[in-house]
Amino acid sequence: MQDAVTIAATPAAGRGTEQLRAIWRNAFPFILVGVVWEITAWSGIFHARLFPTLEEIAVTFVQLTIDGILPHHALDTLLRLLAAFGLAAVGGMTIGMLMGRSRRMEDLLLPLVSILAPIPGLAYAPLFLLWFGLGNVSALLLVAVVSSFPVIFNTWTGVKAVKEIWVRSAQSMGADDKRMFRYVILPGALPYVLTGLRLGLAQAWRILVAVEMLASVDWGLGWLTFGAREFLNTDVMLAGIATIGMIGLALEKLVFQKIENYTVVRWGMVAE
Amino acid sequence: MSTITTADAGLAAKPATSAMRIRLRSYRRAAVSILLAAAIYEALARAGMFAPALLPTIPTILRTLFSMLADGTMVWHASYTLYRVLFGFGLAMTLGIPLGILMARFRRVENFFLPLVSALMPIPSFSLLPLFLLWFGIGNMTTILIVFYASTFPILFNTWSGVRSVNPLWLRAAGAMGADEHKMFWKVIIPGASPFIITGMRQGFLRSWIAVIGAEMIAASQWGLGWVIFDSKEFLSTDIMLASVAVIGFIGFVFERVVFGALERATVQRWGMVRIAKG
Repeated sequence: MQDAVTIAATPAAGRGTEQLRAIWRNAFPFILVGVVWEITAWSGIFHARLFPTLEEIAVTFVQLTIDGILPHHALDTLLRLLAAFGLAAVGGMTIGMLMGRSRRMEDLLLPLVSILAPIPGLAYAPLFLLWFGLGNVSALLLVAVVSSFPVIFNTWTGVKAVKEIWVRSAQSMGADDKRMFRYVILPGALPYVLTGLRLGLAQAWRILVAVEMLASVDWGLGWLTFGAREFLNTDVMLAGIATIGMIGLALEKLVFQKIENYTVVRWGMVAE
Repeated sequence: MSTITTADAGLAAKPATSAMRIRLRSYRRAAVSILLAAAIYEALARAGMFAPALLPTIPTILRTLFSMLADGTMVWHASYTLYRVLFGFGLAMTLGIPLGILMARFRRVENFFLPLVSALMPIPSFSLLPLFLLWFGIGNMTTILIVFYASTFPILFNTWSGVRSVNPLWLRAAGAMGADEHKMFWKVIIPGASPFIITGMRQGFLRSWIAVIGAEMIAASQWGLGWVIFDSKEFLSTDIMLASVAVIGFIGFVFERVVFGALERATVQRWGMVRIAKG
Protein backbone atom coordinates (compact mmCIF):
# COMPACT_ATOMS: atom_id res chain seq x y z
CA MET A 1 0.00 0.00 0.00
CA GLN A 2 2.76 2.40 1.03
CA ASP A 3 4.50 1.57 -2.17
CA ALA A 4 1.49 2.24 -4.31
CA VAL A 5 0.77 5.57 -2.69
CA THR A 6 4.28 6.99 -2.97
CA ILE A 7 4.75 5.94 -6.54
CA ALA A 8 1.36 7.28 -7.48
CA ALA A 9 2.76 10.78 -6.86
CA THR A 10 4.75 10.39 -10.07
CA PRO A 11 2.28 9.00 -12.53
CA ALA A 12 4.98 8.52 -15.11
CA ALA A 13 6.29 5.45 -13.27
CA GLY A 14 4.86 2.46 -15.09
CA ARG A 15 4.91 0.00 -12.21
CA GLY A 16 3.04 2.39 -9.96
CA THR A 17 0.12 2.86 -12.31
CA GLU A 18 0.09 -0.85 -12.90
CA GLN A 19 -0.28 -1.49 -9.19
CA LEU A 20 -2.89 1.21 -8.78
CA ARG A 21 -4.82 -0.30 -11.62
CA ALA A 22 -4.68 -3.72 -9.95
CA ILE A 23 -6.00 -2.25 -6.70
CA TRP A 24 -8.73 -0.42 -8.56
CA ARG A 25 -9.61 -3.54 -10.49
CA ASN A 26 -10.06 -5.53 -7.29
CA ALA A 27 -11.89 -2.76 -5.49
CA PHE A 28 -14.23 -1.80 -8.32
CA PRO A 29 -16.65 -4.75 -8.03
CA PHE A 30 -17.03 -4.16 -4.30
CA ILE A 31 -17.59 -0.45 -4.80
CA LEU A 32 -20.23 -1.14 -7.40
CA VAL A 33 -22.03 -3.69 -5.23
CA GLY A 34 -21.74 -1.32 -2.27
CA VAL A 35 -23.28 1.53 -4.24
CA VAL A 36 -26.16 -0.67 -5.39
CA TRP A 37 -26.69 -1.79 -1.81
CA GLU A 38 -26.68 1.81 -0.57
CA ILE A 39 -29.16 2.94 -3.20
CA THR A 40 -31.48 0.05 -2.37
CA ALA A 41 -31.19 0.77 1.35
CA TRP A 42 -31.84 4.50 0.93
CA SER A 43 -34.64 4.13 -1.58
CA GLY A 44 -36.84 2.57 1.08
CA ILE A 45 -38.11 -0.31 -1.06
CA PHE A 46 -37.42 -2.53 1.90
CA HIS A 47 -37.97 -1.68 5.50
CA ALA A 48 -34.90 0.04 6.97
CA ARG A 49 -34.86 -2.49 9.78
CA LEU A 50 -34.51 -5.34 7.29
CA PHE A 51 -32.11 -3.66 4.91
CA PRO A 52 -29.70 -1.42 6.81
CA THR A 53 -27.28 0.92 5.09
CA LEU A 54 -23.59 0.09 4.98
CA GLU A 55 -22.81 2.87 7.49
CA GLU A 56 -25.19 1.34 9.99
CA ILE A 57 -23.59 -2.06 9.55
CA ALA A 58 -20.12 -0.56 9.94
CA VAL A 59 -21.13 1.37 13.06
CA THR A 60 -22.67 -1.75 14.56
CA PHE A 61 -19.58 -3.74 13.70
CA VAL A 62 -17.26 -1.23 15.36
CA GLN A 63 -19.57 -0.81 18.35
CA LEU A 64 -19.86 -4.56 18.93
CA THR A 65 -16.12 -4.94 18.58
CA ILE A 66 -15.39 -2.17 21.10
CA ASP A 67 -17.91 -3.61 23.54
CA GLY A 68 -16.11 -6.92 23.26
CA ILE A 69 -19.26 -8.74 22.25
CA LEU A 70 -18.19 -9.64 18.75
CA PRO A 71 -14.68 -10.76 19.81
CA HIS A 72 -16.22 -12.92 22.54
CA HIS A 73 -18.56 -14.61 20.06
CA ALA A 74 -15.76 -15.03 17.54
CA LEU A 75 -13.38 -16.44 20.13
CA ASP A 76 -15.91 -18.99 21.32
CA THR A 77 -16.64 -20.07 17.78
CA LEU A 78 -12.94 -20.42 17.05
CA LEU A 79 -12.29 -22.41 20.22
CA ARG A 80 -15.20 -24.68 19.40
CA LEU A 81 -13.88 -25.12 15.88
CA LEU A 82 -10.39 -25.94 17.12
CA ALA A 83 -11.61 -28.40 19.75
CA ALA A 84 -13.95 -30.18 17.38
CA PHE A 85 -11.44 -30.22 14.56
CA GLY A 86 -8.69 -31.40 16.93
CA LEU A 87 -10.85 -34.36 17.89
CA ALA A 88 -11.63 -35.06 14.25
CA ALA A 89 -7.97 -34.79 13.21
CA VAL A 90 -6.67 -37.14 15.90
CA GLY A 91 -9.50 -39.64 15.54
CA GLY A 92 -9.62 -39.49 11.77
CA MET A 93 -5.88 -39.86 11.28
CA THR A 94 -5.72 -42.78 13.69
CA ILE A 95 -8.56 -44.63 11.99
CA GLY A 96 -7.21 -43.79 8.54
CA MET A 97 -3.71 -45.04 9.41
CA LEU A 98 -5.10 -48.26 10.86
CA MET A 99 -7.18 -48.81 7.76
CA GLY A 100 -4.25 -48.08 5.49
CA ARG A 101 -1.80 -50.38 7.25
CA SER A 102 -3.96 -53.33 8.18
CA ARG A 103 -6.05 -55.21 5.71
CA ARG A 104 -8.24 -56.55 8.48
CA MET A 105 -9.06 -53.13 9.88
CA GLU A 106 -9.74 -51.92 6.37
CA ASP A 107 -12.26 -54.67 5.73
CA LEU A 108 -13.92 -54.07 9.07
CA LEU A 109 -14.09 -50.29 9.08
CA LEU A 110 -14.46 -49.35 5.45
CA PRO A 111 -18.08 -50.55 5.12
CA LEU A 112 -19.12 -48.61 8.20
CA VAL A 113 -17.29 -45.48 7.13
CA SER A 114 -18.72 -45.71 3.60
CA ILE A 115 -22.24 -46.03 4.94
CA LEU A 116 -21.97 -43.17 7.39
CA ALA A 117 -19.94 -40.71 5.33
CA PRO A 118 -22.54 -39.79 2.68
CA ILE A 119 -25.19 -38.92 5.28
CA PRO A 120 -25.13 -35.16 5.82
CA GLY A 121 -23.89 -34.68 9.35
CA LEU A 122 -26.55 -32.13 10.15
CA ALA A 123 -29.16 -34.87 9.88
CA TYR A 124 -27.75 -36.24 13.12
CA ALA A 125 -27.97 -32.89 14.85
CA PRO A 126 -31.38 -33.39 16.52
CA LEU A 127 -30.33 -36.89 17.53
CA PHE A 128 -27.17 -35.60 19.17
CA LEU A 129 -29.22 -32.91 20.89
CA LEU A 130 -31.47 -35.57 22.35
CA TRP A 131 -28.60 -37.80 23.39
CA PHE A 132 -26.19 -35.22 24.74
CA GLY A 133 -28.43 -32.25 25.46
CA LEU A 134 -28.34 -28.71 24.19
CA GLY A 135 -25.02 -26.94 24.27
CA ASN A 136 -21.34 -27.50 23.77
CA VAL A 137 -21.03 -31.28 24.07
CA SER A 138 -23.49 -31.92 21.27
CA ALA A 139 -22.04 -29.20 19.08
CA LEU A 140 -18.46 -30.39 19.55
CA LEU A 141 -19.22 -34.06 19.00
CA LEU A 142 -21.33 -33.43 15.95
CA VAL A 143 -18.80 -31.20 14.24
CA ALA A 144 -16.01 -33.63 15.15
CA VAL A 145 -17.85 -36.64 13.73
CA VAL A 146 -18.78 -34.85 10.53
CA SER A 147 -15.35 -33.45 9.83
CA SER A 148 -13.53 -36.67 10.61
CA PHE A 149 -14.73 -38.43 7.44
CA PRO A 150 -12.60 -36.51 4.95
CA VAL A 151 -9.62 -36.98 7.28
CA ILE A 152 -10.23 -40.74 7.49
CA PHE A 153 -10.64 -41.18 3.74
CA ASN A 154 -7.64 -39.11 2.77
CA THR A 155 -5.33 -40.58 5.40
CA TRP A 156 -6.34 -44.05 4.29
CA THR A 157 -5.71 -43.22 0.63
CA GLY A 158 -2.43 -41.52 1.52
CA VAL A 159 -1.07 -44.45 3.48
CA LYS A 160 -2.03 -46.81 0.68
CA ALA A 161 -0.41 -44.52 -1.87
CA VAL A 162 3.00 -44.64 -0.22
CA LYS A 163 5.24 -46.18 -2.84
CA GLU A 164 5.88 -49.83 -2.24
CA ILE A 165 9.49 -49.37 -3.25
CA TRP A 166 10.09 -46.82 -0.47
CA VAL A 167 8.69 -49.22 2.10
CA ARG A 168 10.80 -52.09 0.79
CA SER A 169 13.99 -50.10 0.56
CA ALA A 170 13.50 -48.80 4.09
CA GLN A 171 12.91 -52.38 5.22
CA SER A 172 16.01 -53.66 3.52
CA MET A 173 17.98 -50.87 5.13
CA GLY A 174 16.78 -52.18 8.45
CA ALA A 175 14.16 -49.66 9.51
CA ASP A 176 12.02 -50.82 12.42
CA ASP A 177 8.29 -50.16 12.64
CA LYS A 178 8.70 -46.90 14.46
CA ARG A 179 11.21 -45.50 12.01
CA MET A 180 9.26 -46.78 9.08
CA PHE A 181 6.26 -44.87 10.31
CA ARG A 182 8.12 -41.71 11.22
CA TYR A 183 10.37 -41.42 8.17
CA VAL A 184 8.55 -43.23 5.38
CA ILE A 185 4.81 -43.66 5.90
CA LEU A 186 4.11 -40.34 7.53
CA PRO A 187 5.95 -38.09 5.06
CA GLY A 188 4.75 -40.20 2.15
CA ALA A 189 1.13 -39.94 3.19
CA LEU A 190 1.35 -36.35 4.31
CA PRO A 191 0.16 -34.60 1.15
CA TYR A 192 -3.03 -36.64 1.30
CA VAL A 193 -3.36 -36.25 5.05
CA LEU A 194 -3.03 -32.50 4.72
CA THR A 195 -5.65 -32.45 1.99
CA GLY A 196 -7.91 -34.42 4.29
CA LEU A 197 -7.28 -32.05 7.18
CA ARG A 198 -7.95 -29.12 4.97
CA LEU A 199 -11.23 -30.55 3.69
CA GLY A 200 -12.17 -31.55 7.22
CA LEU A 201 -11.53 -28.09 8.57
CA ALA A 202 -13.52 -26.52 5.76
CA GLN A 203 -16.40 -28.87 6.44
CA ALA A 204 -16.23 -28.29 10.18
CA TRP A 205 -16.31 -24.57 9.56
CA ARG A 206 -19.29 -24.78 7.23
CA ILE A 207 -21.50 -26.75 9.55
CA LEU A 208 -20.31 -25.27 12.85
CA VAL A 209 -22.36 -22.15 12.20
CA ALA A 210 -25.53 -24.18 11.66
CA VAL A 211 -24.81 -26.37 14.67
CA GLU A 212 -24.43 -23.29 16.83
CA MET A 213 -27.85 -22.13 15.70
CA LEU A 214 -29.45 -25.48 16.48
CA ALA A 215 -27.67 -26.30 19.74
CA SER A 216 -28.27 -22.89 21.36
CA VAL A 217 -24.80 -22.46 22.74
CA ASP A 218 -24.23 -19.41 24.95
CA TRP A 219 -21.75 -17.64 22.71
CA GLY A 220 -20.81 -18.11 19.09
CA LEU A 221 -21.14 -16.32 15.78
CA GLY A 222 -23.83 -18.67 14.53
CA TRP A 223 -25.85 -18.02 17.62
CA LEU A 224 -25.25 -14.28 17.34
CA THR A 225 -26.63 -14.09 13.82
CA PHE A 226 -29.51 -16.40 14.63
CA GLY A 227 -30.40 -14.62 17.87
CA ALA A 228 -30.36 -11.24 16.12
CA ARG A 229 -33.33 -12.39 14.06
CA GLU A 230 -35.60 -12.28 17.10
CA PHE A 231 -35.02 -8.56 17.46
CA LEU A 232 -34.87 -7.79 13.74
CA ASN A 233 -31.29 -6.64 14.23
CA THR A 234 -30.27 -7.07 10.63
CA ASP A 235 -27.21 -4.88 11.16
CA VAL A 236 -25.94 -7.20 13.91
CA MET A 237 -26.61 -10.15 11.66
CA LEU A 238 -24.66 -8.67 8.77
CA ALA A 239 -21.81 -7.70 11.09
CA GLY A 240 -21.77 -11.33 12.28
CA ILE A 241 -21.79 -12.64 8.71
CA ALA A 242 -18.91 -10.32 7.81
CA THR A 243 -16.92 -11.65 10.76
CA ILE A 244 -17.68 -15.22 9.74
CA GLY A 245 -16.48 -14.48 6.22
CA MET A 246 -13.27 -12.92 7.47
CA ILE A 247 -12.51 -15.89 9.70
CA GLY A 248 -13.21 -18.25 6.83
CA LEU A 249 -10.85 -16.38 4.56
CA ALA A 250 -8.17 -16.21 7.26
CA LEU A 251 -8.43 -19.95 7.89
CA GLU A 252 -7.81 -20.69 4.26
CA LYS A 253 -5.04 -18.18 3.63
CA LEU A 254 -3.20 -18.17 6.94
CA VAL A 255 -3.56 -21.68 8.26
CA PHE A 256 -3.51 -24.17 5.46
CA GLN A 257 -1.45 -22.54 2.79
CA LYS A 258 1.23 -21.91 5.44
CA ILE A 259 1.23 -25.48 6.71
CA GLU A 260 1.50 -26.79 3.21
CA ASN A 261 4.46 -24.57 2.42
CA TYR A 262 6.29 -25.54 5.58
CA THR A 263 5.94 -29.26 5.23
CA VAL A 264 4.92 -30.80 1.97
CA VAL A 265 6.55 -28.34 -0.36
CA ARG A 266 9.76 -28.36 1.66
CA TRP A 267 9.96 -32.12 1.59
CA GLY A 268 9.54 -32.00 -2.15
CA MET A 269 6.40 -34.10 -2.15
CA VAL A 270 4.52 -31.81 -4.51
CA ALA A 271 5.93 -29.75 -7.27
CA GLU A 272 5.42 -26.08 -6.65
CA MET B 1 -10.27 -69.65 3.64
CA SER B 2 -8.94 -69.71 7.15
CA THR B 3 -5.34 -69.20 6.12
CA ILE B 4 -4.43 -65.60 5.59
CA THR B 5 -1.98 -65.49 2.75
CA THR B 6 -0.31 -62.18 2.12
CA ALA B 7 -1.76 -60.35 -0.81
CA ASP B 8 1.55 -60.22 -2.67
CA ALA B 9 2.44 -63.89 -2.54
CA GLY B 10 -1.07 -64.98 -3.45
CA LEU B 11 -1.29 -62.64 -6.39
CA ALA B 12 2.01 -63.76 -7.78
CA ALA B 13 1.05 -67.41 -7.65
CA LYS B 14 -2.49 -67.56 -9.02
CA PRO B 15 -3.64 -64.12 -10.07
CA ALA B 16 -7.28 -64.78 -10.94
CA THR B 17 -8.40 -67.06 -8.14
CA SER B 18 -6.57 -65.34 -5.33
CA ALA B 19 -7.81 -61.90 -6.38
CA MET B 20 -11.29 -63.31 -6.23
CA ARG B 21 -10.62 -64.88 -2.88
CA ILE B 22 -9.39 -61.57 -1.52
CA ARG B 23 -12.50 -59.86 -2.81
CA LEU B 24 -14.71 -62.56 -1.29
CA ARG B 25 -12.92 -62.15 2.00
CA SER B 26 -13.51 -58.40 1.83
CA TYR B 27 -17.22 -58.95 1.27
CA ARG B 28 -17.40 -61.40 4.12
CA ARG B 29 -15.61 -59.05 6.44
CA ALA B 30 -17.83 -56.16 5.35
CA ALA B 31 -20.90 -58.21 6.16
CA VAL B 32 -19.38 -59.22 9.48
CA SER B 33 -18.57 -55.64 10.40
CA ILE B 34 -22.04 -54.35 9.54
CA LEU B 35 -23.71 -57.20 11.42
CA LEU B 36 -21.37 -56.65 14.35
CA ALA B 37 -22.16 -52.93 14.49
CA ALA B 38 -25.88 -53.68 14.27
CA ALA B 39 -25.60 -56.28 17.03
CA ILE B 40 -23.75 -53.88 19.31
CA TYR B 41 -26.38 -51.23 18.68
CA GLU B 42 -29.21 -53.65 19.26
CA ALA B 43 -27.62 -54.89 22.50
CA LEU B 44 -27.22 -51.30 23.70
CA ALA B 45 -30.80 -50.50 22.80
CA ARG B 46 -32.15 -53.55 24.59
CA ALA B 47 -29.88 -53.34 27.64
CA GLY B 48 -32.09 -50.67 29.10
CA MET B 49 -29.25 -48.35 30.01
CA PHE B 50 -30.83 -45.67 27.90
CA ALA B 51 -34.47 -44.80 27.59
CA PRO B 52 -36.08 -46.74 24.72
CA ALA B 53 -37.44 -43.46 23.41
CA LEU B 54 -33.87 -42.23 22.90
CA LEU B 55 -32.39 -45.44 21.54
CA PRO B 56 -35.00 -47.45 19.65
CA THR B 57 -34.24 -50.99 18.54
CA ILE B 58 -33.55 -51.73 14.90
CA PRO B 59 -36.88 -53.54 14.35
CA THR B 60 -38.70 -50.48 15.69
CA ILE B 61 -36.83 -48.22 13.31
CA LEU B 62 -37.54 -50.51 10.38
CA ARG B 63 -41.22 -50.75 11.29
CA THR B 64 -41.46 -46.96 11.46
CA LEU B 65 -39.65 -46.64 8.15
CA PHE B 66 -41.98 -49.08 6.41
CA SER B 67 -45.15 -47.64 7.84
CA MET B 68 -44.05 -44.14 6.84
CA LEU B 69 -43.25 -45.38 3.36
CA ALA B 70 -46.54 -47.24 3.17
CA ASP B 71 -48.76 -44.35 4.21
CA GLY B 72 -46.84 -42.02 1.93
CA THR B 73 -45.65 -39.47 4.49
CA MET B 74 -42.01 -40.34 3.94
CA VAL B 75 -42.50 -40.07 0.19
CA TRP B 76 -43.97 -36.59 0.62
CA HIS B 77 -41.13 -35.50 2.88
CA ALA B 78 -38.60 -36.83 0.41
CA SER B 79 -40.36 -35.19 -2.54
CA TYR B 80 -40.41 -31.81 -0.87
CA THR B 81 -36.75 -32.09 -0.01
CA LEU B 82 -35.89 -33.23 -3.52
CA TYR B 83 -37.90 -30.40 -5.03
CA ARG B 84 -36.02 -27.83 -2.95
CA VAL B 85 -32.62 -29.30 -3.53
CA LEU B 86 -33.09 -29.79 -7.27
CA PHE B 87 -34.55 -26.31 -7.73
CA GLY B 88 -31.66 -24.69 -5.86
CA PHE B 89 -29.08 -26.90 -7.52
CA GLY B 90 -30.59 -26.22 -10.94
CA LEU B 91 -30.40 -22.49 -10.34
CA ALA B 92 -26.80 -22.87 -9.23
CA MET B 93 -25.95 -24.72 -12.43
CA THR B 94 -27.69 -22.22 -14.68
CA LEU B 95 -25.73 -19.43 -13.04
CA GLY B 96 -22.49 -21.20 -12.18
CA ILE B 97 -21.60 -22.96 -15.42
CA PRO B 98 -22.14 -20.04 -17.86
CA LEU B 99 -20.54 -17.56 -15.51
CA GLY B 100 -17.58 -19.87 -14.96
CA ILE B 101 -17.11 -20.22 -18.71
CA LEU B 102 -17.42 -16.47 -19.27
CA MET B 103 -14.93 -15.80 -16.49
CA ALA B 104 -12.43 -18.16 -18.03
CA ARG B 105 -12.88 -16.83 -21.58
CA PHE B 106 -13.11 -13.09 -20.98
CA ARG B 107 -10.57 -11.20 -18.96
CA ARG B 108 -13.01 -8.42 -18.16
CA VAL B 109 -15.65 -10.74 -16.70
CA GLU B 110 -13.01 -12.47 -14.63
CA ASN B 111 -11.68 -9.16 -13.32
CA PHE B 112 -15.12 -8.18 -12.17
CA PHE B 113 -16.40 -11.40 -10.65
CA LEU B 114 -13.31 -13.06 -9.24
CA PRO B 115 -12.86 -10.64 -6.30
CA LEU B 116 -16.56 -10.96 -5.42
CA VAL B 117 -16.47 -14.73 -5.65
CA SER B 118 -13.35 -14.93 -3.49
CA ALA B 119 -14.99 -12.75 -0.88
CA LEU B 120 -18.26 -14.66 -0.79
CA MET B 121 -16.90 -18.17 -1.03
CA PRO B 122 -15.57 -18.44 2.53
CA ILE B 123 -18.95 -17.49 4.00
CA PRO B 124 -20.75 -20.70 4.95
CA SER B 125 -24.24 -20.83 3.50
CA PHE B 126 -25.81 -21.45 6.89
CA SER B 127 -24.66 -18.13 8.23
CA LEU B 128 -26.98 -16.47 5.71
CA LEU B 129 -29.92 -18.50 6.95
CA PRO B 130 -31.13 -16.04 9.60
CA LEU B 131 -30.84 -13.19 7.12
CA PHE B 132 -32.79 -15.01 4.41
CA LEU B 133 -35.38 -15.98 7.03
CA LEU B 134 -35.91 -12.33 7.78
CA TRP B 135 -36.03 -11.32 4.15
CA PHE B 136 -38.01 -14.17 2.64
CA GLY B 137 -39.75 -15.75 5.61
CA ILE B 138 -40.18 -19.39 6.50
CA GLY B 139 -40.71 -21.65 3.53
CA ASN B 140 -39.43 -22.87 0.21
CA MET B 141 -37.82 -19.63 -0.97
CA THR B 142 -35.35 -19.44 1.91
CA THR B 143 -34.38 -23.08 1.65
CA ILE B 144 -33.95 -22.95 -2.11
CA LEU B 145 -31.79 -19.85 -1.88
CA ILE B 146 -29.57 -21.44 0.77
CA VAL B 147 -29.15 -24.50 -1.45
CA PHE B 148 -28.39 -22.22 -4.38
CA TYR B 149 -25.76 -20.31 -2.42
CA ALA B 150 -24.17 -23.50 -1.11
CA SER B 151 -23.79 -25.14 -4.50
CA THR B 152 -23.03 -22.20 -6.78
CA PHE B 153 -19.43 -21.71 -5.72
CA PRO B 154 -18.08 -25.22 -6.24
CA ILE B 155 -19.74 -25.34 -9.68
CA LEU B 156 -18.56 -21.86 -10.67
CA PHE B 157 -15.05 -22.37 -9.40
CA ASN B 158 -14.55 -25.75 -11.01
CA THR B 159 -15.99 -24.64 -14.34
CA TRP B 160 -13.69 -21.64 -14.32
CA SER B 161 -10.58 -23.67 -13.61
CA GLY B 162 -11.69 -26.38 -16.02
CA VAL B 163 -12.06 -24.06 -18.97
CA ARG B 164 -8.80 -22.36 -18.11
CA SER B 165 -6.94 -25.63 -18.00
CA VAL B 166 -8.07 -26.90 -21.39
CA ASN B 167 -4.89 -27.96 -23.10
CA PRO B 168 -3.81 -25.01 -25.33
CA LEU B 169 -2.42 -27.53 -27.79
CA TRP B 170 -5.94 -28.80 -28.49
CA LEU B 171 -7.15 -25.28 -29.04
CA ARG B 172 -4.38 -24.59 -31.50
CA ALA B 173 -4.85 -27.92 -33.22
CA ALA B 174 -8.59 -27.28 -33.60
CA GLY B 175 -7.85 -23.75 -34.79
CA ALA B 176 -5.35 -25.03 -37.34
CA MET B 177 -7.93 -27.50 -38.61
CA GLY B 178 -10.28 -24.60 -39.17
CA ALA B 179 -12.70 -24.86 -36.28
CA ASP B 180 -14.83 -21.76 -35.86
CA GLU B 181 -15.75 -20.26 -32.48
CA HIS B 182 -18.91 -22.33 -32.26
CA LYS B 183 -17.23 -25.62 -32.98
CA MET B 184 -14.27 -24.78 -30.80
CA PHE B 185 -16.62 -24.19 -27.90
CA TRP B 186 -18.78 -27.29 -28.23
CA LYS B 187 -16.18 -29.73 -29.51
CA VAL B 188 -13.07 -28.69 -27.64
CA ILE B 189 -13.67 -26.45 -24.68
CA ILE B 190 -16.76 -28.10 -23.23
CA PRO B 191 -15.48 -31.68 -23.49
CA GLY B 192 -12.06 -30.56 -22.28
CA ALA B 193 -13.48 -28.83 -19.24
CA SER B 194 -16.12 -31.46 -18.52
CA PRO B 195 -14.19 -33.48 -15.93
CA PHE B 196 -13.84 -30.34 -13.87
CA ILE B 197 -17.43 -29.28 -14.44
CA ILE B 198 -18.71 -32.67 -13.34
CA THR B 199 -16.47 -32.62 -10.29
CA GLY B 200 -17.90 -29.19 -9.52
CA MET B 201 -21.45 -30.49 -9.91
CA ARG B 202 -20.67 -33.41 -7.62
CA GLN B 203 -19.24 -31.16 -4.95
CA GLY B 204 -22.09 -28.75 -5.46
CA PHE B 205 -24.69 -31.44 -5.03
CA LEU B 206 -23.00 -32.78 -1.93
CA ARG B 207 -23.09 -29.33 -0.43
CA SER B 208 -26.68 -28.69 -1.45
CA TRP B 209 -27.70 -31.96 0.10
CA ILE B 210 -26.18 -30.87 3.40
CA ALA B 211 -27.58 -27.36 3.02
CA VAL B 212 -31.13 -28.48 2.31
CA ILE B 213 -31.27 -30.63 5.44
CA GLY B 214 -29.92 -27.85 7.65
CA ALA B 215 -32.09 -25.18 6.07
CA GLU B 216 -35.21 -27.30 6.39
CA MET B 217 -34.56 -27.80 10.07
CA ILE B 218 -34.67 -24.08 10.64
CA ALA B 219 -36.71 -22.66 7.79
CA ALA B 220 -39.24 -25.25 6.62
CA SER B 221 -42.71 -25.82 7.87
CA GLN B 222 -44.65 -29.04 7.63
CA TRP B 223 -42.77 -31.03 5.00
CA GLY B 224 -39.22 -32.05 4.26
CA LEU B 225 -36.79 -34.66 5.58
CA GLY B 226 -34.80 -32.10 7.56
CA TRP B 227 -37.96 -30.69 9.01
CA VAL B 228 -39.34 -34.06 10.08
CA ILE B 229 -36.11 -34.93 11.86
CA PHE B 230 -36.08 -31.67 13.73
CA ASP B 231 -39.75 -31.83 14.51
CA SER B 232 -39.47 -35.36 15.90
CA LYS B 233 -37.11 -34.05 18.54
CA GLU B 234 -40.07 -32.39 20.23
CA PHE B 235 -41.89 -35.69 20.54
CA LEU B 236 -38.80 -37.78 21.31
CA SER B 237 -39.59 -39.85 18.23
CA THR B 238 -36.09 -41.13 17.73
CA ASP B 239 -37.35 -43.91 15.48
CA ILE B 240 -38.75 -41.38 12.99
CA MET B 241 -35.48 -39.48 13.16
CA LEU B 242 -33.35 -42.50 12.42
CA ALA B 243 -35.70 -43.68 9.68
CA SER B 244 -35.43 -40.26 8.02
CA VAL B 245 -31.65 -40.26 8.42
CA ALA B 246 -31.62 -43.59 6.59
CA VAL B 247 -33.72 -42.16 3.77
CA ILE B 248 -31.46 -39.11 3.56
CA GLY B 249 -28.40 -41.32 3.36
CA PHE B 250 -30.04 -43.51 0.73
CA ILE B 251 -31.05 -40.62 -1.54
CA GLY B 252 -27.61 -39.03 -1.20
CA PHE B 253 -25.99 -42.33 -2.10
CA VAL B 254 -28.26 -42.82 -5.12
CA PHE B 255 -27.42 -39.38 -6.45
CA GLU B 256 -23.72 -39.78 -5.92
CA ARG B 257 -23.45 -43.25 -7.45
CA VAL B 258 -26.31 -43.57 -9.89
CA VAL B 259 -26.98 -40.08 -11.19
CA PHE B 260 -23.47 -38.71 -11.29
CA GLY B 261 -22.03 -42.08 -12.22
CA ALA B 262 -24.34 -42.22 -15.24
CA LEU B 263 -23.54 -38.62 -16.11
CA GLU B 264 -19.86 -39.39 -16.00
CA ARG B 265 -20.25 -42.44 -18.21
CA ALA B 266 -22.33 -40.51 -20.72
CA THR B 267 -19.90 -37.62 -21.01
CA VAL B 268 -16.41 -37.82 -19.61
CA GLN B 269 -15.81 -41.50 -20.14
CA ARG B 270 -17.28 -41.50 -23.61
CA TRP B 271 -15.08 -38.60 -24.60
CA GLY B 272 -12.07 -40.38 -23.17
CA MET B 273 -11.33 -37.70 -20.61
CA VAL B 274 -11.22 -39.96 -17.57
CA ARG B 275 -7.53 -39.94 -17.02
CA ILE B 276 -7.62 -36.21 -16.64
CA ALA B 277 -10.53 -36.45 -14.28
CA LYS B 278 -8.52 -38.67 -12.02
CA GLY B 279 -5.16 -36.96 -12.35
